[in-house]
Amino acid sequence: MSTTKYILGLFADPDELMHGIDTLQKNSVPIYDVYTPMPIHGIERKLGIKDSRLGYAAFMFGCLGGTTIFSMAYFMLVQDWPMNIGGKPAFAVPDFVPITFEWTVLFTAFGMVLTFFYATHLFPGRTPRVMDLRATDDRFVIAIDAKGNIPHEDITNLLKEAGAVEVKHNDRKYVSYE
Amino acid sequence: MASHSESIIREPLITGENITYAQITNDVLRPVENMPGKAWWIGFTVASLGACLWVFAISYTFWNGLGAWGLNKTVGWAWDITGFVWWVGIGHAGTLISAILLLFRQNWRNSINRSAEAMTIFAVICAATYILAHMGRPWMALFSLPIPNQYGSLWVNFNSPLIWDVFAISTYFSVSLVFWYTGLLPDLATIRDRATGIRQKIYSVLSFGWTGSVKTWQRFETVCLILAGISTPLVLSVHTIVSMDFATSLEPGWHTTIFPPYFVAGAIFSGFAMVQTLLLVTRKVLGLENYITMFHIEAMNKIILLTGSIVGVAYLTEFFIAYYSAGEYEQYTFLNRFIGPYWWAGCMMYGCNVLMTQLMWFKKIRTNIPISWVLSIVVNIGMWFERFVIIVVSLHRDFVPSSWAMFYPTWVDVSVFIGSIGLFFTMFLLFIRVLPSIAMAEVKLILKSSSEQAKKKLIAHGGLDSEQVDFYKDALTSFDSVNIKDYKKA
Repeated sequence: MSTTKYILGLFADPDELMHGIDTLQKNSVPIYDVYTPMPIHGIERKLGIKDSRLGYAAFMFGCLGGTTIFSMAYFMLVQDWPMNIGGKPAFAVPDFVPITFEWTVLFTAFGMVLTFFYATHLFPGRTPRVMDLRATDDRFVIAIDAKGNIPHEDITNLLKEAGAVEVKHNDRKYVSYE
Repeated sequence: MASHSESIIREPLITGENITYAQITNDVLRPVENMPGKAWWIGFTVASLGACLWVFAISYTFWNGLGAWGLNKTVGWAWDITGFVWWVGIGHAGTLISAILLLFRQNWRNSINRSAEAMTIFAVICAATYILAHMGRPWMALFSLPIPNQYGSLWVNFNSPLIWDVFAISTYFSVSLVFWYTGLLPDLATIRDRATGIRQKIYSVLSFGWTGSVKTWQRFETVCLILAGISTPLVLSVHTIVSMDFATSLEPGWHTTIFPPYFVAGAIFSGFAMVQTLLLVTRKVLGLENYITMFHIEAMNKIILLTGSIVGVAYLTEFFIAYYSAGEYEQYTFLNRFIGPYWWAGCMMYGCNVLMTQLMWFKKIRTNIPISWVLSIVVNIGMWFERFVIIVVSLHRDFVPSSWAMFYPTWVDVSVFIGSIGLFFTMFLLFIRVLPSIAMAEVKLILKSSSEQAKKKLIAHGGLDSEQVDFYKDALTSFDSVNIKDYKKA
C-alpha cells in the first residue's frame, strides 16, 4: 500500500492548468482543490463551486448599519433630548442622511469582511494549510486525494500529458506544519 | 481569462523581457527580503527626525494649550484645519485608484493600487492627528462620539457637519484599512511561503493562514468588488462632508454651494500629485520601472490635468457667482484674495493649481519624469495654499473691520506641519520595507495579456494591421524601461 496521501500537479501556466482540470475531469478523476497565486476566472465553474453569497450578507449588514444609526439619532435627538434650535423640527431627516450613509458603508465593509474571514477560516495566527509552498508564488497546483484514486501512475501521466511541469506524491497533506 | 490577448494599440503595463510569475515575485519582494540600501536609510533618517519634531511640537501644544499656536479671535482656524483638509484630500487618490478604477476595469491600477492605498491610510492618520490636536484638550474627542455620559446623557448634535465629519473620517479610515489589508493577504502569504525562521512566523500570523484555494479566491474577488462598490460613494461623501464644514456656515468665501464637487475634484487632484511624487522616486529606488511604467505616469498626469482643470472651472465659477450674487461681503472676500494682504497666497493657489497644471496638455511634459515630479510637488504646494486661502483669508477680514486681523504662525504651527510630513514619510518608508509595495497577485493577473513580451509575441506572430503596430512602437518611444532598438529592426 502506497503512503501517498495527495498527488499534486504543478503547472507553470494558468491556461495549462485549465487544460489539466479538463483532462482529469474527462477521465473522472475527482479534484480535491486547486491552489493558485492569483485568481483564475472560470475554475470555480469547472469545479462546480457555487457563487459566493457574500453579497447577500453585505446587503444585510448594510441595512443593519443604516437602521442602527438612524434609530440612534432618532432616540437621541427626538426622543431623549429634543432641542429647540430656532423652532425647527427635532426630527430633521435630511441631517441624518450623512451619518446613515456612513454607517451603512461601515457595517457593510466590516460585516462582509468578517463573514469572509469566518467562512474561509482566516484569522491572525491560523496555521497555513499549504500543500505546496510555491502555490503562492509561481505554481498553479491541482491537488488530488490519493485515497481511492488509483492507480497513481495513471494520474501522474494524465497530469504530465496536460502540461504539468512537476508531479508530487506527498505523504503528508500539508507541508507547512514543520 | 488569462489567455486573452488585447489589442496591439494599447501600451504595455509590464515592460521588460522574460518576466515570469517568479520574476514578479522576486522583483517586488527584493526590498522586503533584503536589507535596505543607502537611499532608504537616508530617507528614513530625515523622515524620522521630522516625526520626532512632530512628537515634540504636539506634546508642546498639549502641555501648554492652543495658545502655543498663532490663532486669534478672528482667525480661529488656520494651519490646523488647512493641514487637516490637505492630508484628507491627499488620501483620496488611493481610494480612487483602488475602488473607482477597479469598477471601471482600469488594469493599470493593478501595479499602483497597493502603495496608493497605503498612502491613503497614512495621509488620513496625519489628518486625524490634526483633528485631535486642534481640540486643544485631546481627551475631549470622546464627546464627539454618541456614547452615554454623566451629563444627562448629553448627546452629540447630528445636525452638525462637524459630527458628520467625525463619522465620515472614521468610516473612511477604517474601511480603507480593511480594504487594504484584505488585498494584502495573498501577498503576505507569498512572503510567508518564501521566508524562514522568525520572519516566517511573523508573516504567518499576518497572512491569516491564506492558502489561495479556489473558494478563497472566489470569495476574495467578491469582497474586493463589493468593497470597491461601497468605497466609491464613500470617498466622494468624505470630501463632500469636509466641504460642508465650511459650506453650511454663513461665512463669505465658505458659504458656497459648489464646494462639494469642487473639494472632491481638488482632493483627487492633490492625491494623484502625491502618488506621483512618491511613485516616481519609489520606482527608481526600488527598481520597479518595469511595473510602474511610463504609461502609468502619463495616465496619472492626465488625471491631474483633468481634475486640475475641474478645479480651475470651480475657481472661475466662484468668482462669477461672487460678482453675480451682488453681495458686497461675498465680493469683497474674493477681491481680497488678490488685493488684500494675503495676495501672495492667492497667487500661489491660482498659479500652482490652474496655470502650472495646464502644462500637462503637452505630451513631452507628461512623459518627462523630472518635470512631472516637480509639477506634482507644485500641485501639492498649490493645494495647501488653496486651503489656506479658503480658511485664513476668508476669516481674517470678517464683517466688522474693527476685528480684522492677520494670522502669523508660531514655530509650533510650522513644526506640527513639517513634523506631520515627516510622520507620513516615516510610515511610508516602513511600509515599503516590510510589505510588498506592488500587489503581486494583481500584477500576475495581467502578465499574459498586457505585458510587453506578450505584445512582442503578437507582433512576431504577424497578421496585425501594420499601421497599428507602428502606432504601438511610436508609443513605446517615450518609455524609459523599454529598449526601443529591439523594435527598429522589425
